[in-house]
Amino acid sequence: MSRIQETFQRSDAKHETVLIAYVMAGDPNLSTTEKIVLEIEKAGADMIELGVPFSDPVADGPTIQKASERALEKGVTLKSVIETVSALRKQTQIPILLMTYLNPIHAMGVELFFKKGRAVGIDGVIIPDMPLEEAEAYLALSRRYRINLIFLIAPTTSPSRMKKIVKAASGFIYYVTLTGTTGAPLQETNSVVEQVSKIKSLTKMPVAVGFGISDYAQARAVAHLTGADGIIVGSALVKTIETASKDAFFLSKLSEQVSEFKEALRWP
Amino acid sequence: MTSLPNKKGRFGPYGGRYVPETLMSALVELEAAYLSSKENPKFKRELANALKNYVGRPTPLYFAKRLTEALRGPKIYLKREDLCHTGAHKINNTMGQVLLTRQMGKKRVIAETGAGQHGVAVATVAAKFNLECKIYMGEVDKTRQKPNVTRMEHLGAEVVGVSEGSKTLKDAINAAMRDWTTNVANTHYILGSVLGPHPYPMMIRDFQSVIGLEAHQQILKAEGRLPDCLIACVGGGSNAIGLFHPFLSNKSIRMIGVEAGGMGIASGKHAARMATGSIGVLHGTMTTLLQDPHGQIQETHSVSAGLDYAAIGPEHSYYRDKKRIEYSHATDEAALRAFRLLARTEGILPALESSHAIAYLMEIASSFDSRQIVILNLSGRGDKDIDQITSEEVLD
Repeated sequence: MSRIQETFQRSDAKHETVLIAYVMAGDPNLSTTEKIVLEIEKAGADMIELGVPFSDPVADGPTIQKASERALEKGVTLKSVIETVSALRKQTQIPILLMTYLNPIHAMGVELFFKKGRAVGIDGVIIPDMPLEEAEAYLALSRRYRINLIFLIAPTTSPSRMKKIVKAASGFIYYVTLTGTTGAPLQETNSVVEQVSKIKSLTKMPVAVGFGISDYAQARAVAHLTGADGIIVGSALVKTIETASKDAFFLSKLSEQVSEFKEALRWP
Repeated sequence: MTSLPNKKGRFGPYGGRYVPETLMSALVELEAAYLSSKENPKFKRELANALKNYVGRPTPLYFAKRLTEALRGPKIYLKREDLCHTGAHKINNTMGQVLLTRQMGKKRVIAETGAGQHGVAVATVAAKFNLECKIYMGEVDKTRQKPNVTRMEHLGAEVVGVSEGSKTLKDAINAAMRDWTTNVANTHYILGSVLGPHPYPMMIRDFQSVIGLEAHQQILKAEGRLPDCLIACVGGGSNAIGLFHPFLSNKSIRMIGVEAGGMGIASGKHAARMATGSIGVLHGTMTTLLQDPHGQIQETHSVSAGLDYAAIGPEHSYYRDKKRIEYSHATDEAALRAFRLLARTEGILPALESSHAIAYLMEIASSFDSRQIVILNLSGRGDKDIDQITSEEVLD
C-alpha cells in the first residue's frame, strides 16, 4: 500500500478528514522549507504538497504567484526541490506531493523526473497545466515508477470527462471548488457538494477538495457537507509564510494555524 | 502538409492543449463552434461581408517601386495589411472570433495585447457587437504603445495594466488566462496570435489565411506568375502564417519569417526563439521557447512590443523542422532603419513589427536578381510607434 493510501485509511479509521498542506518550496528559502514541513507535520498536517516555482503560474492567484517569484529569486529549481525532498526523507515519512507546472519537468526530461522522484521518495505529482489528453506518457511513467499522478476535476468538467479522469488518476482526485485561480474566495458550496458526490459515485478513490478554503470554519463546513476525504489548504498558509522575513515567530504562527485546521477536520 | 493540425491539435510534436482542467470544456466548446461554422454558408457569408465592408478587404498588393530601386534586388510587393480598419492584420482574426463569441452566447470578451494592435482590434469588434471588453496589457507596453491604449479606451474597453514579471506580452497572457479561468462561463478569450491551446493556432491561421489567398490572386493578376519569396515578421506568427499558408504546397516559393533580434543574439536581449530557443510548453502549447535550463521562461527584449514574446506559434516550429520555412532575425537598430527607408521611399510608415521584415529584406536584397518577385507582408501601420521612434536615437 502506498503512503498516500495508508494516510487516507488511517484518517478514516480515526474519523478525521485528511489535511493536505500546500507550501511553496524555497519560500523564503529551501532550508526553511525543510523546517516548515517538519513543523506542520508535527502540527497535524497529514500530507505535504510542495509547490515548485515557475515563471508563469497561470493556475495560481496572487498569493502563490508572489511566493513563486520569491522562490525563483532564491534560484530554486525543480532539481533543488527534489534534493530538498531527499533531505526531508531522512527525517519524515509523511506523503509528499509535488505541484509543478509542466515545463520544468519537460526541461529536466520526463523520465528522469519520475526516476529521481522515485529515488528520493516523492509520492505523487500534480501538474495543473496537463489535462488528461496530454498525459499518456506521464501515466505510463507514473505506473512504472510508482508515483501517483493526481488529476484535477473542475466545476466545468463534463460527466464524460469525469469518467475518463477517475479511470486514469491515481492516489486521489483533486476537486477544484471554483472556477478561478488558487486563493480566490469560495462563495458557494452547493455545486461543490453536487460535483463531489458525482465523483464519489464513479470511483472509490479518495477525493480531496481545494482552492479557496481559507479558514477553519470553512474547511470544516466543506468537509462536512461534501464528505470529502481530504481538504487542501494553500494560499492561507502561504500568506503566513510570506511574513517570514519580518516576523521571527512566523513558524509558531504557521504551526498554530495548521493545528487549528486539523482540529476543524476531526469528527466525533 | 496543409491538413495539419491533427485532431489533438498537433503539428508533429508541437501544439496540443496544455491548460488547467477548468478551461478544457471551453476549448472543446470553441473547437466545436469553429468546426461547425467554418463550413456553414451563413457564417462564411457573414464573415466575408464583414471583411469586405467593415475591415476594407481585399487589401492592396502594392508594387513598391522606389523601395525596389533603392534596394537594387528583387521586385518588391507589399501586402498592405496596414490598410485594414484599425491598422493591422489583427482584425481578420478578431472579426472571425467575435462571430463565434456571439454564436456561443457569450457576452464578454477579454484579450491580451502587446503592441496594442490586437487589443484595438478586439475593442473594435466588441463595440460593434455590443460586448463587454477587458484588455490585458503589460505596463511596459502600455507606456511604449500609448496611442493604442487611448484608442482602446475610446472604443469602450477597459485596459488593465499588468505589472507582474517582465510587464510585457507574456505577463498579459498570464493575466488573461487567469481571468478566463475565473469567468469562463460568460467570457470568450480572443487570443491574438497562432499561439495557445488547440484550436487557437489552427483557427487563427485559418482566419489570417485571407492574406495569402488574396495575395495569391493579386500577384497572378499583376505579374502572371507566383512570387519567388515571401517575407513576414514573426512574433506569435499570425501575419506570417496568414500570408504563407496558402502558398505552402508550392515548394519553389521560399518563405522567411523574421524574428526580433533585439540588441543582437550575443547580447541575450532579443526574442529570436528560432535562433537560441528549445522545445517546451508555455501558455497551452508545446513549441520553441526561450527558457533557461530549468524550464523557467526567459525575459525577452525587442524595440517592438508585438514581437517581444518568448514563444513562437507551434506551426512555425513544425515548418522550421521540415525546412519549409526559414527563420532569421533583425535587430532593433536595423528595424528602425527600415522604418525610415520605407517612410522616405514609399510614404508609408510601417509598424515596428513589420519593419523587422523590411530590415531583413534590406539585408538579403542583393542575393536576388531583378526579375525575381518578393511579397512582403506589411502587417501594420506605424502611427502607434511614432513617439517611441522619435525617442530612439539610432536614426542617422
